[in-house]
Amino acid sequence: MPLTDIELLNLEKKAHELRNLCVDTVVWAGSGHIGGSLSAMDILTILYYKYLNIDPSKPLWEDRDRFILSKGHVGVGFAPVLADKGYIDKEDLKEYNHTGSKLGMHLDSNKVPGVDASTGSLGHGLPIAVGMALAARINKKGYRTFCLLGDGECDEGSVWEAAMSATHYKVTNLITIVDRNRCMIDGPTEDVMALEPFAKKWEAFGFIVKEVNGHSFKELSEAIEYAITEDKAPVVIIANTIKGCGIDFMADNYKWHYGGLNSEKITQSKDSLEKYYQKRVKGA
Amino acid sequence: MGGLTYTMLDTTNLSTAEMYGNVLCELGEHHPEIVGLSADLAKSTKIGLFANKFPDRFFNTGIAEQNMFSIASGMAKCGLVPFVSTFAIFTSMRALDQVHTDICYQNLNVKMIATHAGLSFGQAGTTHHCTEDIAIMRSMANLKVIVPADGIETANAVVGAYETDGPVYIRINRGFDQKVYENTDYDFQIGKAHQLMDGNDLTIIACGSCVYQAIEAAKILSSVDGLKARVLDMHTIKPIDREAILKAVHETRRIITVEDHNVIGGLGSAVGEVIVESGKGCAFRKLGIPDTFSIIGLHEDLMAYYEIDTNGIVENVRKLIGLEFEEDEDWEDEV
Repeated sequence: MPLTDIELLNLEKKAHELRNLCVDTVVWAGSGHIGGSLSAMDILTILYYKYLNIDPSKPLWEDRDRFILSKGHVGVGFAPVLADKGYIDKEDLKEYNHTGSKLGMHLDSNKVPGVDASTGSLGHGLPIAVGMALAARINKKGYRTFCLLGDGECDEGSVWEAAMSATHYKVTNLITIVDRNRCMIDGPTEDVMALEPFAKKWEAFGFIVKEVNGHSFKELSEAIEYAITEDKAPVVIIANTIKGCGIDFMADNYKWHYGGLNSEKITQSKDSLEKYYQKRVKGA
Repeated sequence: MGGLTYTMLDTTNLSTAEMYGNVLCELGEHHPEIVGLSADLAKSTKIGLFANKFPDRFFNTGIAEQNMFSIASGMAKCGLVPFVSTFAIFTSMRALDQVHTDICYQNLNVKMIATHAGLSFGQAGTTHHCTEDIAIMRSMANLKVIVPADGIETANAVVGAYETDGPVYIRINRGFDQKVYENTDYDFQIGKAHQLMDGNDLTIIACGSCVYQAIEAAKILSSVDGLKARVLDMHTIKPIDREAILKAVHETRRIITVEDHNVIGGLGSAVGEVIVESGKGCAFRKLGIPDTFSIIGLHEDLMAYYEIDTNGIVENVRKLIGLEFEEDEDWEDEV
């Protein structure tokens, strides 16, 4: 079903709230992986507020859709989503990264309800997701497994090992999304380790590729709808995004992979997010 | 499950890995949640027996160990019990990050049956020898580490692993092992050493293929030297049987460990840690591969070369017995 206008405006509003909550969480934590959190926020929003079949009151419900955040370092963007959905208390976010907190830089399935796998060591998420998708087949379950990868982590060989398995075993109940923000810690992806032609690589591994603007809910929605119904081959959605999306001084700047915010930067960030939101709502 | 009925006759006909494959098939009959995985080594590791019987529950990832262990993690998260088999060196090193983070850290019910361990693939060359895995794997929290003495004990260990929640690493050899046990009907318990010979002059603590050698050495020491050696099959390296070690320290005051593994970090280190922490005096020697990359050769030749065969154990026991060691009758005052 295509997004209705009301759904679209609700998603815009939710993503705006979550971006703000992500900034707050970075402030409470002292620092965090804000750039990649903001690039992924629209993807997280549409998954958690439109597509994932989950019940936050039953985080281990057997039939739930699984979500694996392979780019596990963006916990500071994921935790606000889990808090907003009710898996954890919003007050918990204020303890982010604090000694003894259940919320660390990389969210941990042993400690945080709603996290389906502890990730952070990159290149692990897609194979775990393949295992979950295969388990659905063996256990005759109808759930889907979604996996969000960072583009930089696609340097890891294990991503492509998993990609081979996914097509070999025709794992079409798996939906892979790559947050293609083109930045990694040391610089632009194409300078550090070139990924292009990225879509062709996935195609060569047997995936059906949908390339979209990762900040357009309409495009994301169409691609996810397609991936859900496609049963000939696994689908990867390459979501072209902007690192630090929504905050002018961070946008598309790889140096904002990780950082902290002083009071001046906090004000700037909030102002910028508001302007960005108004612009998006006008365009929506 | 219990009720295993394997005997020496079976281990005459079946290699240690084939025993594993057979037992896994038996388990698979009763437990549909068991799945198998291998990385292009289904035949070599004998998990292929399970693959033949349950093709829908077996996954070959190709030569991609990292992917395989992560897939096993995902499956275990969804209630399946994956048995994963590749060579020990690829389990403990090639895929260690995945074993650590995806399986051990998340305390998942994945059973790793790693073959071709120690020097058992001797002629394959040093790149395929695996003399570091016990050290690596026993430092993984949540993980149990088992090194069975022969095919019979492997059968028991595989069942024990299934019946134990959480991750388990079982280290077995390529090919046939010398027979230690007559049948599966003995008191095998994960975490409990099995005493094979009694004696109070010294204790030989061994694991894996060195257990048979330890028994043979004890026989020679008894007939030639008049020494009564206690022999412990320390099949579980983690959790180690502290009680059996401390009893041996107390009652025999001389301990020698034997393993087909680097002397750093393996069985000997695990036993040594218990002794040192106890504060009790003991003459102690570790036999194993010295801190070196091993030479190429037949398994039995390499065991002789590194003095972890019968003769090597006998010679080293004689040196240990000859050492000055001031015995103190008042055990209780030692700290």
